[in-house]
Amino acid sequence: MKNNNTYTISIYSENNVGLLNRISAIFLKRHINIESFSTSPSEIKNVFRFVIIVELEEEKVKKLIQQIEKQVDVIKAYYHTDEETIFQESALFKVQSRSLFEERHIQNVIKDSHANIVVVTPEFFVIEKTGFREETEKLRKDLAPFGLLQFVRSGRISVTKSKMGISDILNTFKKDN
Amino acid sequence: MKTTKNKISDNPTEGIKISGAEAVIRCLLAEGVDLIYGYPGGAIMPIYDELYKFQDELQHVLTRHEQGATHAAQGFARTSGKVGVAMATSGPGATNLVTGIADAQIDSTPMVCITGQVASHLLGSDAFQETDIIGISTPVTKWNCQITKASEIPSVMAKAFYIARSGRPGPVLIDITKDAQFDTFYFSYEKCTGIRSYKPVPEIEPTSIIEAAEAINNAKKPFIIWGQGVILGNAEQEFKDFVEKSGIPAAWTILGLSALPTAHPLNVGMVGMHGNYGPNMLTNECDLLIAIGMRFDDRVTGDLNTYAKQAKVIHFEIDSAELNKNVEADIPVMGSCKDSLAAILSLIKNKNHEKWINRFDEYMKIEVEKVIDKDLNPTKEGLTMGEAIMAINKYTKGDAVIVTDVGQHQMVTCRYAEFVRSKSNVTSGGLGTMGFALPAAIGAKMGAPDREVVAVIGDGGYQMTIQELGTIFQTQTAVKIVVLNNDFLGMVRQWQQLFFEKRYASTEMVNPDFVAIAKGYYLDAKKVDKREDLDAAVAEMIASDKPYFLEICVEKEANVFPMIPTGASVSEIRLT
Ligand SMILES: Cc1ncc(C[n+]2csc(CCOP(=O)(O)OP(=O)(O)O)c2C)c(N)n1
Repeated sequence: MKNNNTYTISIYSENNVGLLNRISAIFLKRHINIESFSTSPSEIKNVFRFVIIVELEEEKVKKLIQQIEKQVDVIKAYYHTDEETIFQESALFKVQSRSLFEERHIQNVIKDSHANIVVVTPEFFVIEKTGFREETEKLRKDLAPFGLLQFVRSGRISVTKSKMGISDILNTFKKDN
Repeated sequence: MKTTKNKISDNPTEGIKISGAEAVIRCLLAEGVDLIYGYPGGAIMPIYDELYKFQDELQHVLTRHEQGATHAAQGFARTSGKVGVAMATSGPGATNLVTGIADAQIDSTPMVCITGQVASHLLGSDAFQETDIIGISTPVTKWNCQITKASEIPSVMAKAFYIARSGRPGPVLIDITKDAQFDTFYFSYEKCTGIRSYKPVPEIEPTSIIEAAEAINNAKKPFIIWGQGVILGNAEQEFKDFVEKSGIPAAWTILGLSALPTAHPLNVGMVGMHGNYGPNMLTNECDLLIAIGMRFDDRVTGDLNTYAKQAKVIHFEIDSAELNKNVEADIPVMGSCKDSLAAILSLIKNKNHEKWINRFDEYMKIEVEKVIDKDLNPTKEGLTMGEAIMAINKYTKGDAVIVTDVGQHQMVTCRYAEFVRSKSNVTSGGLGTMGFALPAAIGAKMGAPDREVVAVIGDGGYQMTIQELGTIFQTQTAVKIVVLNNDFLGMVRQWQQLFFEKRYASTEMVNPDFVAIAKGYYLDAKKVDKREDLDAAVAEMIASDKPYFLEICVEKEANVFPMIPTGASVSEIRLT
């Protein structure tokens, strides 16, 4: 039996227009679904980091990593299990301001979930919650009765428990050249 | 053509601004390019204008279609070992390059394509002849890049050539907006020697060499399969030394053909769908499979679940992404095979696997009796493709570059053509691109002008790029063109016969007068359909020092055997 697992793929790359296309083409070509995707600067200047979540057999993830690393602009790619990473997602909830004042219960919901109120206007207010998927999901369910005007959740962001060693790779290059 | 007058490229560029278009030419010259293939159009006209000025230093061959430009560049790269260059305008010019780029990607051919693009202020506006060639070419290029500023040209061009030729070679596309071609800047060029995110050649792990040597020394029935990596890595000599010292029988993939002379006593033939009987059968009997610069393509392995399961596998490979992709390697030897084969040589014992090699001979006897004899010494009236190839062998003494298209003629040619030198087999392997051969032959001849170049093409594929006869005529490139005419899309017809109960859906060809067409391009041309005329016709063609067209009419419904049906095991290879 082959088992699908959740894997976090981390890619360190040069910040190049077009790499996004190249990376997504690798998934498309193999008909592999991307569960979530995020990109941001990394801890190293001018080096970008992609975090991609997939649900796959480990065999296939390994091959994906090989194909990703093969790309000229990719410095290094890794994959990790949930146990090997610390990960979070952020969610924003836009709710009618009326609920905040008329429905007392909503204040308990917000307090219990350790969410933050980011903004309050006469018409609406916005709640932010960062946490695990189950937590943001639970909050979404709890807020639903009060009339959610908008809901959005970010892709997963994660850091690994182990060292990545990108600076070492870049330093070796400097030494060799 | 070359004059004694000063070269324009000798004019200094220091302290004066030059246009992006001129910079492109200067970059090409700095990379040692003196020949490119292409087709002009609006968005690349500034570069063509510079080509006009630099024509004494940089020859531009006008093909009759942009696809032809890419295949010609590929043919050039395959025989010369240099980077092929193709150029086209934006929009349709650029999209016409895509087939050749995809072909170069899957067959690891070093190629740089340069496309013009609409001016940068028009990008994204659906301007006339705007197409997102970067997006389109991304999945089929090793790297690509759009340039919108003239000053970016030198560094991007330097990177392009470095990436195309280093490590596992491949195609690179550079898209240059028209304003970047016109803009001026202070030019200076520096060759690229490294990119920090890119490691073209993995370091050899010394333990892998020791482990591999041990496995080789202990093996009772070792078997080598080599691929194009040996040729791309310029490792022919190291490979030959390795084969001879180890005494191991060696078979080739279609792209590895010619790296070791066909007549070499340890060369046991071709693996794969239409490969030889012994190499395929014995893949499933060897105790050690040594794969060198090959990638276990499905046309080589057949069903992976029944492929060489009994054998330990050593994989010599330069591209880490190929490792364990299709076949799990027990001992991966990463690195350039030129280095790793040289390193392993002193560790392996001199051996002679006579009894094991006899097994290949036994299978060969059966194959001769059941297949080869019928192909080469037919008793029926119609000419066979095999006979035609034997005649070519006879008059070229096996020392020609043989370019093939895709189909039955390709398989027959690769089975029977004889080679004494490397870089002599040019074919579209991974992509199987019909229409490849005629333009590729032009490039192959220009890449190896002193060699005889014979293109062997089916009547179907020939008509996919037949317009390149115009290029051959205009440049007077002395290629020999052989069309093996069976009036069918033969390979598809064979599958219809074997697997679709002879329902010949759209595979019969009503063909034109090929000789008249060739003559229309003022080429010497002839047609043969009788056995007694074959030798003389081939002899005349080879003796000619001009381009020459020869149509050989062959049996209409002949089949290529042996054959491994798709999805079957290599041991289920059929002889009839
Ligand atoms: C561009 C392209 N279209 C379709 C095919 C599918 N195909 C493979 S072999 C073949 C028949 C080739 O016929 P021909 O050129 O006459 O050569 P023959 O097999 O008869 O030697 C076809 C249609 C292909 N390989 N390439």
